[in-house]
Amino acid sequence: MRVLAALSGGVDSAVAAARAVDAGHDVVGVHMALSRSRAQLRTGSRGCCSIEDAGDARRAADVLGIPYYVWDLSERFEDTVVADFLSEYEAGRTPNPCVRCNEHIKFDALLDKALALGFDAVATGHYASATAGPDGAPVLRRAADRAKDQSYVLAVMGPERLARAIFPLGGVASKDEVRAEAAARGLSVSAKPDSYDICFVADGDTRGFLRDRLGSRPGEVVDADGTVLGTHDGAYGFTVGQRKGLQLGRPAADGKPRYVLAIEPVQNRVVVGGAEALEVGALEARDAVWFGDAPVDWTACLLQVRAHGAAVPVRARATAGGGLEVRVDGSLRGVAAGQSAVLYGGPDGDVVLGQGTVERTERAGVVAGEAGVGEVDGVGADGVGAARAGARA
Amino acid sequence: MRVSAYLDHAATTPVLPEAAAVLVEHLSRTGNPSSLHTSGRAARRAVEEARETLAGALGARPSEVLLTGGGTEADNLAVKGLFWARTAEDPARRRVLVSAVEHHAVLDPAFWLAEHAGAEIVLLPVDGEGRLRLDALRDELAAHGAETALVSVMWANNEVGTLQPVAEVVALAHAHGVPVHADAVQAVGQVPVDFAASGLDAMTISGHKVGGPVGVGALLARRELGLVPVLHGGGQERGVRSGSLDVPAIAAFAVAVDAAVCGREATAGRLAGLRDALVAGVRGAVPDAVLRGPADPTDRLPANAHFTFPGCEGDSLLYLLDSAGVECSTGSACQAGVPQPSHVLLAMGLDEADARGALRFSLGWPSTRDDVDALLAALPGAVDRARAAGLAGGPGAGRSAGARSTAGVA
Repeated sequence: MRVLAALSGGVDSAVAAARAVDAGHDVVGVHMALSRSRAQLRTGSRGCCSIEDAGDARRAADVLGIPYYVWDLSERFEDTVVADFLSEYEAGRTPNPCVRCNEHIKFDALLDKALALGFDAVATGHYASATAGPDGAPVLRRAADRAKDQSYVLAVMGPERLARAIFPLGGVASKDEVRAEAAARGLSVSAKPDSYDICFVADGDTRGFLRDRLGSRPGEVVDADGTVLGTHDGAYGFTVGQRKGLQLGRPAADGKPRYVLAIEPVQNRVVVGGAEALEVGALEARDAVWFGDAPVDWTACLLQVRAHGAAVPVRARATAGGGLEVRVDGSLRGVAAGQSAVLYGGPDGDVVLGQGTVERTERAGVVAGEAGVGEVDGVGADGVGAARAGARA
Repeated sequence: MRVSAYLDHAATTPVLPEAAAVLVEHLSRTGNPSSLHTSGRAARRAVEEARETLAGALGARPSEVLLTGGGTEADNLAVKGLFWARTAEDPARRRVLVSAVEHHAVLDPAFWLAEHAGAEIVLLPVDGEGRLRLDALRDELAAHGAETALVSVMWANNEVGTLQPVAEVVALAHAHGVPVHADAVQAVGQVPVDFAASGLDAMTISGHKVGGPVGVGALLARRELGLVPVLHGGGQERGVRSGSLDVPAIAAFAVAVDAAVCGREATAGRLAGLRDALVAGVRGAVPDAVLRGPADPTDRLPANAHFTFPGCEGDSLLYLLDSAGVECSTGSACQAGVPQPSHVLLAMGLDEADARGALRFSLGWPSTRDDVDALLAALPGAVDRARAAGLAGGPGAGRSAGARSTAGVA
């Protein structure tokens, strides 16, 4: 096959390309330029975006003996991933830009161009397994290394695009194996550090990035009764489930920590409350994709709502409007509108069934309002929650 | 990969066998031309003979040949050195006039001077064929001649091959006492270049565009022309360009220039014939391809052809032709490997979309009809594919697979 290997400049994509070459494919390396500015989206840092990364990708291609090109997808990236990131935060949601990059850039703009130019498939360094099922339909599974598994951020691509994707690293036991293989192959990126931050946000300062792009928009922080507890300078700087950085003068009456329960973009208010209000009993998601027949009836499966979060038992079904709905059987906290909801099934619970973007959630036992509630693990004062956790995919 | 057709001689062209022989011969010898002993004298002799050869081939006096580390350095020396010298003489002369289609080796030093040394840059416009608008130069000089430090207009454009009206530029500028520099890197060996007859005050030439090695070039500069050095050090080259002279490269450079100039008429005639066949063939294979640069083939470099292909991305075409064994160029500069829309084409009035579909085919001394035929065989398929890819990747391109409902949640 003629395979386009997407080379980020990191070790994973370099080894993935090497394995595609070993498999006998006719491989061409392509690095995606995602920023037009000469300084690049961020400089001197790890990520998909710096000039250093483009140079590392070129060297990897040299070592593998494959042609190398840079494709300028910066306009599409800005128009889709960055624009979505800003508008979602502006609307009080919590986007995952890596999901959107896979949806709009890697497995849309890049794949479409590759197919038009005569390639048969795109290979990336994602940790996930893409195979053909018994009926020939493509199956997306979790990677053998569950700690590195990226099936969550890939699910959005759907089956037609998955059929054109190759993930040579789906079966590796660990990142150490990839690094060792890179070193053995003479790839200089073998010891390059991993990247975790959002590639287009300098220094990982998401709140600063949002402030620069969206401006200061002061508003109130209120409790569930509407009592004003404090002020903020932009509701977009908060994520449902966030605990730190609220800067509330008065402690709660019960002395317990308070969390962000909802962002109300129209009133420009941040609603806070106790942890008990974070439990999610049900949710709805829009723009569902299914890797098999869309389940009309409630189907027992597993739900994951952030890149490295746990999967919890749920029942799910497709909705008439092209979305999906979920009833949570286990415990699920910390779901914000905008997050990607991925359903897993199969005997080992590792097969992706479908995906959608969370539109609304309902509190466990109580019907909550428009926005959802929950606790976002790993959230810091920067309040980027799920977006941050899902970075570099 | 088998390279069946190299059509990028304007980027660099193979070293001529006679130049390579001289290069190798001198590599095995020791001697710094600045040394006073026997080996040094032998090296010096080789350099001076090369200087005389270069001067003889290009209508200059040997003392007018300032050897440099290539065309970019010579352009920097001309633009910066002239600007500094002129403003030192007369602080009012801060205007630097350059054509909008200059190579970056001229444009970037000029803009650097604007940023760091108080220069005022005047980008002289060109017409739709890339030729300098003499009326604009005339008006500019009439209004600001006394404030002008220098004019720099290339002899021939590296992308679209347009020959510039150098004699007219010189006449206009000299009438205002303004010195003129020309980057003649692409012109030598393709069109007659005579430094003295041109009236130019300074002129850049380069080794690797004419069959010499990379990393050597020269600025031809009239003796009376004031030039402030860019490189300071050992005082070589009249103190204007310090640095130990690269004897093997300089000797090979002279051989290449001499061969290119002596053989110019025959080579240029042969390449012009091949180029005309290439242009006719491309138009036949891709009827909507647009030839850029002069319509009259005698107004452009004989080895240059330049097209834009509507609906195609130049980098897609480049990849597809490369994979088919045909090597060419988009003609414009890259940033981190990303082809940028050519400033030359934009200056000629093209919009960004048209400029992105550009490909330059440039011939050189080893080119044959087989090279042209290989291009013409590969081009139609490449254009079809690139056009499809252009639509796939273009603005507003929709999802072609995995179409999804965008309806909201019920």
